[in-house]
Amino acid sequence: MNEPTSSVCITVNGVEHRCEVPTRLSLVDFLRETLRLTGTHVGCEHGICGACSVILDGDPVRSCLMFAVQADGHSITTVEGLANADGSMSVLQDSFCETHGLQCGYCTPGMLVATHSLLKHNPNPSAGEIREAISGNLCRCTGYQQIVDAVQLAAQRIASTGNR
Amino acid sequence: MKAAIFEYARADSVAQACSLLAEYGADAKLIAGGQSLVPMMAMRLARPAWLIDVNRIAELKSSRRDGADWVTGAALRQADVERDGEAARAVPLIRQGLYWVGHVQTKNRGTVGGSLVQADPAAELPLVAQTLGARFVLRRTAGERTVSASEFFQAPMMTATEPDECLAEVRWPVWQGERIGSAFDELSIRHGDYAIVAACAQVEVDSAGRCVRAVLGIGGAAAVPVSVEAIARSLQGTQLEDAAIDAAVESIGQYLDPGSDVHATAEYRVHLARVLAARVLRQARANAAGGGRGSRA
Repeated sequence: MNEPTSSVCITVNGVEHRCEVPTRLSLVDFLRETLRLTGTHVGCEHGICGACSVILDGDPVRSCLMFAVQADGHSITTVEGLANADGSMSVLQDSFCETHGLQCGYCTPGMLVATHSLLKHNPNPSAGEIREAISGNLCRCTGYQQIVDAVQLAAQRIASTGNR
Repeated sequence: MKAAIFEYARADSVAQACSLLAEYGADAKLIAGGQSLVPMMAMRLARPAWLIDVNRIAELKSSRRDGADWVTGAALRQADVERDGEAARAVPLIRQGLYWVGHVQTKNRGTVGGSLVQADPAAELPLVAQTLGARFVLRRTAGERTVSASEFFQAPMMTATEPDECLAEVRWPVWQGERIGSAFDELSIRHGDYAIVAACAQVEVDSAGRCVRAVLGIGGAAAVPVSVEAIARSLQGTQLEDAAIDAAVESIGQYLDPGSDVHATAEYRVHLARVLAARVLRQARANAAGGGRGSRA
């Protein structure tokens, strides 16, 4: 059987991509292998670990639980899209460095996507709200405490400087 | 962990989805949020030859009051329904149940209808539907039928939906009255995981605090969620005092048929059902007395 394909137009980090994709290609494989945006990590591939989280039309979703063909006409932001236009790190990303909110870094793109979305809706989250927001993201280096610290630090910095 | 090859079609209307189902039958699967189906496809536990995408069908996203029912379109996202204040006022148990479902990322994509047709015996929305006696509107090319929750849930992961049918909407009964309260509670390994056992209840009391109507449901302790009607009925006319609740739930095990697994024995599940049933009844009573229609737990 020939591999069925479908044509899609997907906007990723503000750039429109038109291409023909196999229907069974997951969104995360499309991002990593077709577009070579390897910032989004692929972990469990069945919706448990959260490493592949991306922002779909403003809300975080798991990109391993969507086929690229379903993203046709939609807008995606990946971790690459969270950095500043000049390539420097956002306040949130810098806060992860500052508090040692990562060790191996595998979960980090997903954590950043989840907490970026949290801060957009809730600029001053409690520790409990942060834990709830990252409850769908696994960190096996047990760095959760520092991740919570990072998000709280970022919230303070954003509130005091107005910069993201 | 890659899905097998499939053909993809995007339906623009329920009629078109039904006609594609009629054409491809059991070889086709509808996909909405895909939060259960896609992992099953990745693990090759599901290998549909055709995937029919219903995500862009506007008529599946309706959310409205219709007579005595609150109606939710099958493809409404769980996150959108959880945020919908009007839905929460009409049927508070929907939001109370959704609080326990999955995580931010899965709720942003997962749908109400998807959870219901998936029919996991430990899932929250099927339990709420069974407890309240929701009705399911199933469409096919030849027409439409409405199925009660007790007929809809047939076995673990199995519903009355035929291969050529599409769940269009769910009709949740809205209780009328001043003093109505509800509550949902469960025990799971982590918040967001499937429940080991879940319970929910809704009660109505009169101005003297006497129970005039009650429903009670248990999930995760039988092949399908169980509405424990005999216990709920036995509470009518009581003040829902702790002693009455404790006495009523004592025999709950006889209405359940739990299994044992690595997380919990059957005996422990019955124990949990008893504890959680009493807890949600007490909380529902408190919410009814407060005039509020329900808190989170």
